[in-house]
Amino acid sequence: MDAGALDWIAWPVIGPALGPILGPFVEFGFMRRALVGCLTLAAAAAPVGVFLLLRRMSLIGDAMAHAVLPGAAIGFLVAGLSLAAMTIGGMVAGLAVALLSGAVARATVLREDASLAAFYLISLAAGVAIVSVYGSNVDLMRVLFGSVLALDDAALLLLAGIATATFVALAAIYRPLVVECFDPQFLRTVGGAGTAAHMTFLVLVVLNLVGGFHALGTLMAVGIMMLPAAAARLWAREVWSMVLVAAAVGALSSVAGLLLSYHADMPSGPAIVLVAGGAYALSIALGTEGSLRQNLRPARHLEA
Amino acid sequence: MSAAPAAAIRLDNVTLGYDRHPAVHHLSGRFAPGSLTAVVGPNGAGKSTLLKGIAGALKPFDGRIAIEGCTVADVAYLPQQHDIDRSFPISVLDVVALGLWRRIGAFGAIDRAARARVGEALAAVGLEGFERRPIGKLSGGQLQRALFARLLLQDARVILLDEPFTAIDPKTAADLLDLVQRWHGERRTIIAVLHDMETVRRHFPQALLLARRLLAWGDTADALRPQNLLAARRMVEAWDDRADICAAAEA
Repeated sequence: MDAGALDWIAWPVIGPALGPILGPFVEFGFMRRALVGCLTLAAAAAPVGVFLLLRRMSLIGDAMAHAVLPGAAIGFLVAGLSLAAMTIGGMVAGLAVALLSGAVARATVLREDASLAAFYLISLAAGVAIVSVYGSNVDLMRVLFGSVLALDDAALLLLAGIATATFVALAAIYRPLVVECFDPQFLRTVGGAGTAAHMTFLVLVVLNLVGGFHALGTLMAVGIMMLPAAAARLWAREVWSMVLVAAAVGALSSVAGLLLSYHADMPSGPAIVLVAGGAYALSIALGTEGSLRQNLRPARHLEA
Repeated sequence: MSAAPAAAIRLDNVTLGYDRHPAVHHLSGRFAPGSLTAVVGPNGAGKSTLLKGIAGALKPFDGRIAIEGCTVADVAYLPQQHDIDRSFPISVLDVVALGLWRRIGAFGAIDRAARARVGEALAAVGLEGFERRPIGKLSGGQLQRALFARLLLQDARVILLDEPFTAIDPKTAADLLDLVQRWHGERRTIIAVLHDMETVRRHFPQALLLARRLLAWGDTADALRPQNLLAARRMVEAWDDRADICAAAEA
């Protein structure tokens, strides 16, 4: 039987089902670009989110995402809607807040979470003020919620570059980072360069938030980072498998979220994050590692 | 296991602490090569702080900690159990294999030989076949056995144990104490923070009685005389916020 005949037989069955799924991507170039951008972002951001979660730094990702805003806004002021200027501005501001809050925590009585909260609230206010005074409200919405449906070649290349850098760097610091999360004293006594791994990791967080902010906006960028990681924790029992599950959840949420946004005429950033939230809720209910299902109705015990 | 010379640790007027407040005050003395010493004292006496200082995880405010006969990389440190995140998704194999860090480092593969050594270490602590088990599913005693297996693989000249037998079952404590005795037989220098005076008197030839400052250090029977223990109990536990700058620093 040749392929044409198979098509002819199967299409009436599969076709209508696939139409709503493949159709938007086949038909529109901007949907294909959005898909590529989101998949790239999810593949890199989700593993970073796994380590944020394991380091009990979930909220710090959120704080740093807000800190990116004024940097991007200043970049926007200086050079208009320029990808390079906003990227560099966002990175500088994100890293500055991360380092400054660490320094304040060491030098004063404030804990790191308190000083981070203070810094990001200040920078969020500064960012919103700058954009609203000097830009139109449309620009503000774009910075806050991203523009995944308007990703140009330069933005896609930036996302791909960030993902590549993330993979290489994570592979390089993987073992020290895992040990630094699990038993930092041990790493220090064997001289395992925990601080270097930690600083590299912070840079990766900021890089991915900046990448995420181009696609999903500053507010939604953390969603694609943390929600897949939180969902993965309920399915995986080792770090490497958690990374794989998180990347898969992120990728699936991207596809489903883009389709949701297309069919329901929703902004795509929130749609993607909402789908990831759904995956998280499902994992809480049904996951295999310490989910509600297991804690409410423990499985029958084994023989040994 | 190894025939390397035993290492000594010299404390020279060491003051350690947090946030300018000393937890260990002007401590001097020497842990002899191959000695087995128990560090005892009331809560807040600075016992764990002293161990962290020797392990290099905490920098002294004042004075010097010198390790003689080996480098700081040859010091193995067992933290208190609550310092370890037990919900972390990691297998027993990966935890114990960390004991090979000096050989495998951040990039080396855990090959078949390494796996075999992990298996042997687990067998030595009575945890055969536990490699794939996540540490979250271990009991407190089993986790402590796994951490001792990691210490075995570290094969260090100096071994620091922070409350190794606290909150674990008597059988595990007895097994692990045997392991400590074996290390002592191999001329490793061992310092352990302990609470149970019975264990100290029976198995630890040397004792260091600490109540922020040194109260006694020497043969266990001598160091743990009733009047010394009474003095330790009288230690002021209060943390004086308006404490003056220590005058002894200049002395």
